[in-house]
Amino acid sequence: MLIVSCPNCGITAEETEFHAHGEAHITRHAADSSDDQMETYLFMRKNPKGVHFERWRHQNGCGKWFHMARCTMTLEVFGTYSAQTYAPPEELLAQIDAKRPGWRTPS
Amino acid sequence: MSEAVSALKNAVYIAGIAEISEMGAVGMITLRGDLAAKPLQKAAVAAAGVNVPDQRQCLTEGTGGMAWMSPDELLIMCAYDDANAKLADLRDKLAGTHALAVNVSDARAVFEVRGPKAREVMAKLAPVDLAPASFTPGMFRRTRIAQVPAAFWMPQEGVFRVVCFRSVAQYVFDVLCVAAQPGSEVGVF
Repeated sequence: MLIVSCPNCGITAEETEFHAHGEAHITRHAADSSDDQMETYLFMRKNPKGVHFERWRHQNGCGKWFHMARCTMTLEVFGTYSAQTYAPPEELLAQIDAKRPGWRTPS
Repeated sequence: MSEAVSALKNAVYIAGIAEISEMGAVGMITLRGDLAAKPLQKAAVAAAGVNVPDQRQCLTEGTGGMAWMSPDELLIMCAYDDANAKLADLRDKLAGTHALAVNVSDARAVFEVRGPKAREVMAKLAPVDLAPASFTPGMFRRTRIAQVPAAFWMPQEGVFRVVCFRSVAQYVFDVLCVAAQPGSEVGVF
């Protein structure tokens, strides 16, 4: 069971109040892109064992979207942050670096 | 015009560890927009008769009231018969601003859970910390009741008001009654 804090309304609740919507920070390729780019955008996902960035929605709460960094192996939630961003905040990345050294180069 | 009735026509359940009752038709207006904008705040206060509540709070005064729903949404409560007039007034006042106001009275059902064990009844159904120190009167919480979305607040200690969609009113009433059935005290609070 994940304990999630919504950065939009400030509520901390367990995961049944929220809904996961897949990998975060995916570059959206539009209609004029190549077939390879479109394939990457639509289908290619990371599925790592360890640190993963995801889009979540506070489904049964304020209804807003946000991002979450968590570990797919231990289910530890590293933190949540605004949906209005292209990349995770630096301080969150630093926290993850401290907890999971070497996570940026998956084995 | 046809006669407006609430979802469960004031159904009550008094045999259990807390009293469950449907509140009948309650006027509700959803207001979305920039909650920091002065014109919106003014119009909302005029319609609800209370100040704009802080984040995750609810203020009520008689039949009027206002709840913080999300960073861009307020729920204005009033007497059912006043909702359309208040809505017209709101729209009038907000004509020049980017805001949305809709009368959702008929899309909702409101329940009251009353009694010293009301906290236990709610705690069985919602994933919320309902310890007296954590959830206090005046707080407003959008969450789920068993399998459906709902919101609730405590106008005073020992009383919960629950708002849900009208389409699931019977379900919410039924699960509240089951959670309040005689002999089901847990004794945690």
